[in-house]
Amino acid sequence: MKMIAIPKKEWPAGLAKAAGSFRLFGPVKEKEFHSFKRLENGQLPDFSCQNTRLSPKHLVYPQSEVMLTYSLDESRPDHHIMKEAPADTSPRAVLGIRPCDAKAFVLVRMNFDTPDYKDPYWLRAYESTTFVGLSCASPCSSCFCTTAGCGPFHEEGLDVLLADAGDHFLAKVLTEKGAAWVAAGGWTQTADAKAEGRLADLRQAAEAKIASQVQTESLKAADTTALYNAGFWEEVSFACINCGTCTYSCPTCWCFDIQDETRGTSGVRMKNWDSCMYPLFTLHGTGHNPRGTKLHRVRQRFMHKLKYFVDKYDRGIQCVGCGRCVRLCPVNIDIRRVCGLMNGLAASGEACAID
Amino acid sequence: MRNPYLPYPVRIDDITVETEDKNLKTFKFVFLDPADEQKFAYKAGQFAELSVTGQGEIPIGIASSPTEKGFVMFTVNKVGRVSSFLHAMKPGDIMGLRGPMGNWYPWEKMQGKNVVIIGGGFAFTTLRSSIVYMLQPENRKNFGEIHVIYGARSPGMLLYREELAAWEQRDDIHMHITVDATSDPNWKYNVGFVPAIAEKKAPPAGSDTYAIICGPPIMIKFTQPVLDKLGYAHDKIIMSLENRMKCGIGMCGRCNIGKEFVCKDGPVFTLEQLNKTPREY
Amino acid sequence: MLSYAEKIREIAGRLLTSGSVEMVIGFRQGTVPMMNEPHFAKTPAQVQALVWDSHCGINLANYLTDRKEKIGIVAKGCDSRNIVTHIIENKIKREQLVVIGVPCKGMVDKRKIAMKCPGEITAVIEDEAGVTAKGGGFSQRFEKKDVLQHNCSLCIHRNPVIHDELVAEPVPEQQGVDRYADVRSLEAMGPEQRWKYVEELLAPCVRCYACRNACPLCYCPTCFVDEARPQWVGKGQDPQDVRAFHFLRAYHCAGRCTDCGSCERSCPVGINMRVFTKKLEKDCLDLFGWEAGLSLEVRPPLDTYRPQDPNDFIK
Repeated sequence: MKMIAIPKKEWPAGLAKAAGSFRLFGPVKEKEFHSFKRLENGQLPDFSCQNTRLSPKHLVYPQSEVMLTYSLDESRPDHHIMKEAPADTSPRAVLGIRPCDAKAFVLVRMNFDTPDYKDPYWLRAYESTTFVGLSCASPCSSCFCTTAGCGPFHEEGLDVLLADAGDHFLAKVLTEKGAAWVAAGGWTQTADAKAEGRLADLRQAAEAKIASQVQTESLKAADTTALYNAGFWEEVSFACINCGTCTYSCPTCWCFDIQDETRGTSGVRMKNWDSCMYPLFTLHGTGHNPRGTKLHRVRQRFMHKLKYFVDKYDRGIQCVGCGRCVRLCPVNIDIRRVCGLMNGLAASGEACAID
Repeated sequence: MRNPYLPYPVRIDDITVETEDKNLKTFKFVFLDPADEQKFAYKAGQFAELSVTGQGEIPIGIASSPTEKGFVMFTVNKVGRVSSFLHAMKPGDIMGLRGPMGNWYPWEKMQGKNVVIIGGGFAFTTLRSSIVYMLQPENRKNFGEIHVIYGARSPGMLLYREELAAWEQRDDIHMHITVDATSDPNWKYNVGFVPAIAEKKAPPAGSDTYAIICGPPIMIKFTQPVLDKLGYAHDKIIMSLENRMKCGIGMCGRCNIGKEFVCKDGPVFTLEQLNKTPREY
Repeated sequence: MLSYAEKIREIAGRLLTSGSVEMVIGFRQGTVPMMNEPHFAKTPAQVQALVWDSHCGINLANYLTDRKEKIGIVAKGCDSRNIVTHIIENKIKREQLVVIGVPCKGMVDKRKIAMKCPGEITAVIEDEAGVTAKGGGFSQRFEKKDVLQHNCSLCIHRNPVIHDELVAEPVPEQQGVDRYADVRSLEAMGPEQRWKYVEELLAPCVRCYACRNACPLCYCPTCFVDEARPQWVGKGQDPQDVRAFHFLRAYHCAGRCTDCGSCERSCPVGINMRVFTKKLEKDCLDLFGWEAGLSLEVRPPLDTYRPQDPNDFIK
């Protein structure tokens, strides 16, 4: 696919044009932190932000989403019958999403788009979205994307990759969707022949700045029950307060709850984010809880991301190295450290699969 | 592809109180659109989400057999908010049904084999489905000896009592009904816990014999050593698990044991499979 | 406070060696700047991991709930007040505890420091009176008093109220602190203005419950927000449900909250939910002359009746 040069002075006008055919979303600063919001008319995405405080997963997967509607009014012929809720699936573009967050959608898709079942809510939101990524020139010190199957210029899950090249953006068009977005902005200047090389240089420089990493190479061969029964979980889970900060801020966490909410005689069946950190997540009606202690729950989170997912999909770990959980955990439980413990145990041979 | 969260509308056709404590009721549902019954083609061992509009959903094993047409049947224990509300509903009420979900007992593998069914308490629902399915005249010839060991706390707590009595009269199925204890002088079956009865009555192990176990955790805990003692191989012991579920389609993330989802990869597992996975059920 | 760590390790080692406790709860060095992790040592060798600096803001009383063993616990002023509250509420027994008291000079607010720095902070170095934050191309020193957590800047109980060991001489308590300026400004607002203030305050909430779970007071087996029968609060992001959670949580802390700041410190989206608990803290002080967690002998106002209790609110 081709590379376009977008002069920064033409950026606002192009966005205004693109807004004619796309709903635009981008990072916006409110009070202290950045978050992804619908851009108002003429509002520009704030590319000065290193990354948004919380991940942009809510754009495709809102924290609360109405799936179905119903009426309990027995005078209506359709009372008590669930109906699909209407949704806006007009095209939209997410501007300035970081490569890690875009890759996260690719991982999450494996959960919501399966041969047996397809989640129509997640899929239609994802498919109606064009992801215009902004490469990371200066990653955070707690980012570890390059060892988590991702990177500051990673292209998977993006339709366009932007790189800041001084007075212009280099826009690498990666998909048909991306081409349509560039066309909608009216940007037509093909980048010069040296652009590929410049992009490669920028990429190399950014990757060199990633100071933090995880070791994952032994996880796949490890024996599940040996990792599960490892001695370190008491120490790892001790500080955990069982809040949902790690899971809610994580771009790859997808667990949800289903709830009916009725007002008067009409109501909705909704999907809400849920968290494996909450005791209620697995509590049986009888009162029995198979993950009744925080050790169980903390272990579940890490085993899911770093072992079960690895085994189930053979696509690496369920983590893109964005570092949000590391930065936001109120008690500083650090996935990099836990991954090291798990991988270390696996590498030591104590957790080798016996077949 | 159909929206997997959208339930088929159903009408409650009939409600039967099953047990003396009135905590178990059997609901017969009829699809509002007869075409939906075709779409809801299921096998014995599967479950469905009963969708009580405005309250939520509960995953319940299907108690009717695929050989029974015109309705689907579920026996529901009153424990939480949704099941309590359902227990207060009446025939004629409209609600929803989502499914069928999960896998089923390995009917293909069990062709020509002996089957011993071991059940306890109210977990007998998909076992009823299985027995009715196997006893259907055209299916019966596909199986060897059939044994059923089924126990409850007391005679009044047994599910499907009329059917149990009818099966007792047949010579193509060996029934071993038991209760933990009873003061009923007319009780003519076994008295004792399921594991103890299983030890006495279960057929000998062999490559031609499968055991299907479904019951409360305590029963499973004490039955497993019995089957080990009798020499049952772990790939011949079939278990059906329960976990808290919401979506029923392997997406919402809560019911996993290791990398398997009880709702989609299960609820039926061999003990051999379970031995390799964290026992979070 | 820099010398505290060594003293904590010495005491912890002694307690574990003598067998007077089975574990010591303290902090270990964090993996990111301005964060430490609550941690335990069960052997004398493990005490080397214990640290102390101005980033130990999490309230360790939270880790005592319903524990059965004998525990040594590192406690700054607010932690000690919550330990007292825990003992009064039967969540732990006094005789199970060896309280290693830490006279506290306050914890620094990492968000305050981050906002004053031109880029990402990659290291923070502490000295006796302040901290120096370093990052790509900058190094900035802050006087500690300028970057304290808000609750610490208002604290008048820096010294542990109960302790069996003390890692240093008591520090002077802050004098002439105006503890409730923010509450007064809230009280001065008209209903509409106050409603708008609350709406804006809570708008970013994602209901991760970090505020609730970081709080030593929140130990109910089933929190009201998790209760299904009856379901008091909806589970979605309806602002009405978000408000119901925060308001009820605050009321549940009335007469018990020590303003330790763990809730605000834990919030991933920077909500100062302390305004609610502080309002109730002020009410308890005004109406009952009560400050939580100061004494093992006196019952809290909400579980006692005195004839002179104010009842003007009954109309």
